[in-house]
Amino acid sequence: MKTIFEQSVAGREGCWPCEGMAEEAYIPKDMLREGNIGLPSVSELDVVRHFTRLSQLNYSVDSNFYPLGSCTMKYNPKFTEVAAGLPGFTRLHPVLPQLRGAGGLCQGALEVMYEIERLLCEITGMAAYTMHPMAGAHGELTGVMLMAAYHRDKGNKKTKVIVPDSAHGTNPASAAIAGFEIVSVESKDGIVDPAALEKVLDDEVAGMMMTCPNTLGLFEKNLPEVVRMLRKVDALLYYDGANLNAIMGKMRVGDVGFDIVHWNVHKTLATPHGGGGPGSGPVGVSERLVDYLPVSRVRKREDGQFFLDYDFPKSIGYVAPFYGNFGVYLKAYAYILRLGGAGLTRASENAVLAANYMRKRLSSHFEVPYNRTCMHEFVISATPQAHKGVHALDFAKGLLDRGYHAPTIYFPLIVPEALMIEPTETENKETLDKFCDDLIELAELVDTNPEALTSAPVNLPVTRLDETKAARSMELTDDL
Amino acid sequence: MPFVPHTEDEVREMLATIGVGSVDDLFAEISADMRPKSFDIPEGLSEMEVLSKLEALAAKNATDSVSFLGAGFYDHYIPAAVDALTMRGEFYTAYTPYQPEASQGTLQAIFEYQTAVARLLGMDCANASVYDGGTALYEATMMAVRKTKRRKIVVSEALNPIYRVMLGSYTTNLDVDLVTIPHKDGQTDIEGLKAALDDSTAAVLVQNPNFFGSVNDLTELFAAAKAVKAVSIMSVYPVLQTLLKTPGEMGADIAVAEGQSLGLPLSFGGPYLGIMTCTKTMVRQMPGRIVGRTTDTNGRTGYVLTLQAREQHIRRQRATSNICSNQSLCALRALVHICALGEMGLKRVARVSMERAHICAERLTAIPGVEMLTKGSFGNEFAVTLPVNAFEAIDKLTERGYVPGFPLGRYFEGLENGLLVACTEKTSEEQIGIFAEMLRGALK
Repeated sequence: MKTIFEQSVAGREGCWPCEGMAEEAYIPKDMLREGNIGLPSVSELDVVRHFTRLSQLNYSVDSNFYPLGSCTMKYNPKFTEVAAGLPGFTRLHPVLPQLRGAGGLCQGALEVMYEIERLLCEITGMAAYTMHPMAGAHGELTGVMLMAAYHRDKGNKKTKVIVPDSAHGTNPASAAIAGFEIVSVESKDGIVDPAALEKVLDDEVAGMMMTCPNTLGLFEKNLPEVVRMLRKVDALLYYDGANLNAIMGKMRVGDVGFDIVHWNVHKTLATPHGGGGPGSGPVGVSERLVDYLPVSRVRKREDGQFFLDYDFPKSIGYVAPFYGNFGVYLKAYAYILRLGGAGLTRASENAVLAANYMRKRLSSHFEVPYNRTCMHEFVISATPQAHKGVHALDFAKGLLDRGYHAPTIYFPLIVPEALMIEPTETENKETLDKFCDDLIELAELVDTNPEALTSAPVNLPVTRLDETKAARSMELTDDL
Repeated sequence: MPFVPHTEDEVREMLATIGVGSVDDLFAEISADMRPKSFDIPEGLSEMEVLSKLEALAAKNATDSVSFLGAGFYDHYIPAAVDALTMRGEFYTAYTPYQPEASQGTLQAIFEYQTAVARLLGMDCANASVYDGGTALYEATMMAVRKTKRRKIVVSEALNPIYRVMLGSYTTNLDVDLVTIPHKDGQTDIEGLKAALDDSTAAVLVQNPNFFGSVNDLTELFAAAKAVKAVSIMSVYPVLQTLLKTPGEMGADIAVAEGQSLGLPLSFGGPYLGIMTCTKTMVRQMPGRIVGRTTDTNGRTGYVLTLQAREQHIRRQRATSNICSNQSLCALRALVHICALGEMGLKRVARVSMERAHICAERLTAIPGVEMLTKGSFGNEFAVTLPVNAFEAIDKLTERGYVPGFPLGRYFEGLENGLLVACTEKTSEEQIGIFAEMLRGALK
């Protein structure tokens, strides 16, 4: 499809929001830019057609089943958009509460922040939250910065963070960016092995980052022991909330002994991901880390008025310009209000039910490396098929041809030829069954017609794309 | 139960297939000592009840005020087409484009966004966006540290103070030295910045227009940085960039911006959009997602996420950044906004906003005791000095439905009487007149 730049015609008028064209530029000539910028000159209808057509080239939850493991692509209810789009929220300038006494101009927004923090505290059993982090990985970085602040304040010399081999790549990246050295620990039978942990645990360990259920979809049942071990060396335990949607109402990470937890609200609380963002990554902490949370923090006075408090001398400071992605967590707030406690628990139960159902159905045709009760997702391996020349990637592309987004592939790294499947609680049984039938049919094609897989996709706007060429030629803009 | 489709019969069938008696059996590994001590969440509400509750909360916010607040975040008009197109479920409910064949819409849109912002800032290339303008500035700084293997960062104090405090937070645990060069009565101290450059400098960080609204030519400063092999980083206001000499023309190596003013509502601070652009030589240091153009097995043009070897899912702790998402939907809004307005529309917005600010400045400085703080050229924002503490004036006017601007004393010692005032094309001349009269009255 032509780019919007290729459709541009010099002089064609777009949508001008205001009449009049101030003639005087108010800026000396030598400080002005010269010539045309090269932005499109197109009509409003050109724009509408172009982006409508582009949208039609996409797979999305509204149009396709998206069993993308660890990404949790559940249905996003539409009413949350109405909530976030209320002009009483969208028109609020973020510095309003910084004008003295002007917390009075945004009491509703501050109340939303206050209430959602309390709800997240109760769901996870933590003492306090910051809503500031703007994505899950940003929450991780904030969490590790809190870890560093805690040890610095106590005078602890801590240089290392432990990350299990089943962790997301963002975990080691976040800890490294905050200035820590990364120590990996190997899993045993798919979960963290206390004996292996013992070997790497010493006084220099600042903390450990865990995902539970982990990226294999397995519950870390050694958690209590892991917590005891870390406490002994005054190391903090970090919970990667990417898979929090599996345990709502079943376990609270604060009760188990975690000190820090981040959410990915698009995964657990059904805020749309928008093709890559925006996200929101609130971070909760246990009592001993409360003083270090980012500023500002919303508080309630005795008269019921809300205000922002910046007076936390031990705070790690600003991690975001304002109060995080307000428009995103407003949707999460609406979602929690709609589901209530029972609804959240039911969501977790049905996500786990769906995953186990599919695991059982697929285990007849695929290797399932950890074929026991899983949580909200599970990993199958195409190793047997790979011996015949058909790889996880080919299954992914074969599924695209049949109208499904592919599962996550080649992750976690500890399973060869991995296909990581997460159905979520919102897909009906017909969809789950049809997907299993289709995937099994693809597995059967490996012996009869493997080319049908290795040449897939053929029904999409493009066939397989040359990623090596893209990296080599670096065509990153229309000009370059 | 909302959004869960299974009937009781279906649940029974699924449990039978799994071979367990109940849903509870699936959670057997969570032992009794790990179960919640409490889970006191209110009962669910109907859709109608939730929306009524949120409407009531929204009504507690005074969004009918007339506002002259800017400070880096501006209330520009957003054409209706922006919402209509970006709210399409195919864009809205898609994931990161890991399977490019099924995500050409998102990928081509990002490619077009990269093209648009690179042209707007006069730079070679752009990434697919980061969280916000402050994050973009911090990430740019880290690019410079990696590239030069040096640790001294020279920062202009006339750069948005919110971004400066963010930079301070992020670098607390890192081997990086921030050297801040004070502003000179609201001016970027170009000579002071030049004097601070030496061969241990990784980067120089400036903003144009600066926080006080003042417009500068930074060509000489960037040449001086180049002479000591330091990286030049510039933060800009993208709307005005349609008129002003670009970072590229001035010789910047990295240019960043807060993209909120390109089609994103203010929304009390987010979601916003961090625009990041750089020269071709810096691209491998750039964090986050980047889309590249390529061909498929039939020779047709297509788009993919590229240069992924820099990213966390491959490099883990050696990645250029921990950022693994982008602001795709916000970037899409910016792109549609730019396209809907078109080149001329965007220039018109910039010029009209600038004109209104100049009219406003004239009206305000006609009041006895009110003087310009911003010297020289300015765009759509400027600072004035009042004869009283700015907070006092703000209090009096907000009571009457006018938010006169940002009190500089909040971040700058000695500027307690300073007020930062912004206009956009939405600011009417009538509102400017009322504002001036109100202020005149308040200062009597």
